[in-house]
Amino acid sequence: MSWFRRPSRPADPLLAELVDALAPDRVRNDGVQRSLTSHDASVFDGGVSGPVCFPTTTEEVQAIMRIAERHDRAVVPRGAGTGLAGGAIPLGAPVVVCTGKMNNVIQIDLENRIAWVEPGVINLDLSKQLRPKGFHFAPDPSSQQVCTLGGNVANNSGGPHCLAYGVTDAHVLALEVVLPDGQVARLGGLEDEPDGLDLRGAFVGSEGTLGIATKIAVRLTPNPPAVRTMLLSFSSVRDAAQTVSDVIAAGIVPAALEVMDQRMVTAIEAYVGAGYPTDAAAVLLAEVEGLESGVDIDVGHVERIGRANRATDVRLAGSDAERAALWKGRKTAFGAVAQIAPDYYLHDTVVPRAKLADVLEQVYEIVDRHDVLVLNVFHAGDGNLHPLLVFDAREEGTLERVHAAGAEILRASLEAGGVLSGEHGIGVEKQQYMEELFTAADLDHQNRLRQAFDPACRANPGKVLPMGHSCADIQALRAVPTGVWG
Amino acid sequence: MSTLASTDATITDFAAAVGATEPIAVRGGGTRWHLGGALTGSARIVEAPKGIVDYQPAEMIVTVRAGTSTADLHTALAEHGQTCALPERGGTVGGAVVVGENRLDRMGRGSVRDAVLQVRYVSADGEVVTGGGPVVKNVTGFNIPKLMTGSLGTLGLLAEVVLRTNPAPPVQRWLRAESVDPRDLRDIVLRPGAVLWDGTSSWILVEGHAADVDAEIDRLAARADITTTAGPPELPPHRWRLSPSDASQADRFVDGEFVASIGVGTVWATTAQPVRKPDPVAAQIADRMKQLFDPTGRLNPGRSTWT
Repeated sequence: MSWFRRPSRPADPLLAELVDALAPDRVRNDGVQRSLTSHDASVFDGGVSGPVCFPTTTEEVQAIMRIAERHDRAVVPRGAGTGLAGGAIPLGAPVVVCTGKMNNVIQIDLENRIAWVEPGVINLDLSKQLRPKGFHFAPDPSSQQVCTLGGNVANNSGGPHCLAYGVTDAHVLALEVVLPDGQVARLGGLEDEPDGLDLRGAFVGSEGTLGIATKIAVRLTPNPPAVRTMLLSFSSVRDAAQTVSDVIAAGIVPAALEVMDQRMVTAIEAYVGAGYPTDAAAVLLAEVEGLESGVDIDVGHVERIGRANRATDVRLAGSDAERAALWKGRKTAFGAVAQIAPDYYLHDTVVPRAKLADVLEQVYEIVDRHDVLVLNVFHAGDGNLHPLLVFDAREEGTLERVHAAGAEILRASLEAGGVLSGEHGIGVEKQQYMEELFTAADLDHQNRLRQAFDPACRANPGKVLPMGHSCADIQALRAVPTGVWG
Repeated sequence: MSTLASTDATITDFAAAVGATEPIAVRGGGTRWHLGGALTGSARIVEAPKGIVDYQPAEMIVTVRAGTSTADLHTALAEHGQTCALPERGGTVGGAVVVGENRLDRMGRGSVRDAVLQVRYVSADGEVVTGGGPVVKNVTGFNIPKLMTGSLGTLGLLAEVVLRTNPAPPVQRWLRAESVDPRDLRDIVLRPGAVLWDGTSSWILVEGHAADVDAEIDRLAARADITTTAGPPELPPHRWRLSPSDASQADRFVDGEFVASIGVGTVWATTAQPVRKPDPVAAQIADRMKQLFDPTGRLNPGRSTWT
């Protein structure tokens, strides 16, 4: 690991200033590190990473912002790199700021039912710390074992249990944010209705384009005393989807309503043996929680609605172990697909819940036409589809077919009255589709929101807004400065 | 072509009425007209379009024009056993959204800012702009609905919103307790609709399935001296914004009578809360936001969200 042993200050002035502000071992410019940070977990080509910084304090993040500004470099924040829309891909050799070493839970404040955390705290680690105190952090993305809360804030992350509790923005009360000019802003507050514009709400989900959150006040949700987890089997995906629509229509808001189709179930069973029936066309994982009597009433409603939609089997987990197994299947779904093909492209759109069954039928038709294999596992209760296209990128022409099918899936979702993304974000993935959802005036106003935080457009340029609508175009398109490649 | 673009003539008519020049303000029910300071200059006053455009109880969303009264909205929702986070205090839907005040039973119904899924507004240059989307989960682009909620009409004039609705709880019961720490009441009940405290007495709204409500009341009765009551106490006129921990010691902050929302932080008092100093950097962002959205300062001139 010779790159750690830098005997002297780097010759490159940008690097030298970053090393002075942080420490030699927390500024990396070697090819290995820059290669690691050149992409995220998506299928998209990586970008070009400039120096990679690992700050430990707000002051260090401020220093990085100011140094980058002096050297006219963009800054790209990065959590665990689990994003699926290319949001953390560095464009134009920016300074990359990895928040992973800012991983302290600063304060757990049970009276206000909040915790102040640093952005590098891992989602599941926070809930584990809170569990003995009777609380948890509600958003639970599939990547929760590795993804960071800073990344959750940037992406406004969801997860299966966001159906009842809402996504990240409903669970973030206040933020300390370092703006691209190095100033520190306090957004939001512990009050229910903080003064001023809801800049906190504007920041959450902004995909790193407004600054870097260095402290986050998250809401703590009490653990419910009673939880019931059910697995309903169906002989068609349509019946499962219709059950979801009917449950919502009946005024029941379960904690989670997750649908998996037969191919997905088969892959999961081969991978972890969750106890799902592989002969069903689709299964619905439903969880209700609350107080003892109420959950039993809701279980009864869900079962009745499922049977009215021709459920072939309705199973109620009889023990915590069985419950855990049912969830293990759902949460390892994306790992399970590796057995089928080496690559996957996980899509993410939202449609009105009543249109779920129709859009799913279109999804199957589209992928068949493009000769691509799809597995479906999705947050059905929110109308949030996750068609998972699996393929082998080494086969010539495959990636093109995958992208063509993906584009049609997006358009089918928009035509059904839906939107481009429910929880993964726009990143570089869906910029070119933004004009199909929004008008030029709509996009112009989104760009104004961005510029109010970042007038020079130096935070994560080239993301979210399509080319031609973003103040960041010039930055993103700028050629890589000479000498950046070591 | 944008799938979110509006084809509603009442909205294009509203945009035409707003125009692109001269100071202008929208008046709803006027129930919170004093908030954010008095209008300055000679702003022309317009009204937003009215009417429920589309209500899909099974989707738990409603599309409603900003000039619709909150009473009409709540009546329509109640016919399907639903409600929403907007207050029932009178006034208009648009007014409730741009003011952004939450309901008394906010713990049960959620907050206004989490309920606004999509906004359509007329910009300072007279264009119809849409932000967000008509679905319950959405991270497509920047969060314009959050920016508009609580903005007092200083960034755009609201024409229509899509709101999340909620099933109304099957049973709701107000209880009153004496000589008990209201924070204990909040902790005993899993999801109270509201917990209020006036420095002496406490009120708690218990809601949910009948059997759950009975069980919660039994738990409360084992810990406190409770009686059934018709509803919440009368609220003093001024709204203080405190953290939950400060609100549970509201007697230390507030002179005179008060009612504090325990676990939420809002306190209603007979005197106004002293003006708080905004975070200076956040204030700079807000100033730039106003400048970018309304360069000539024609929208609700004189109003500010910081007062």
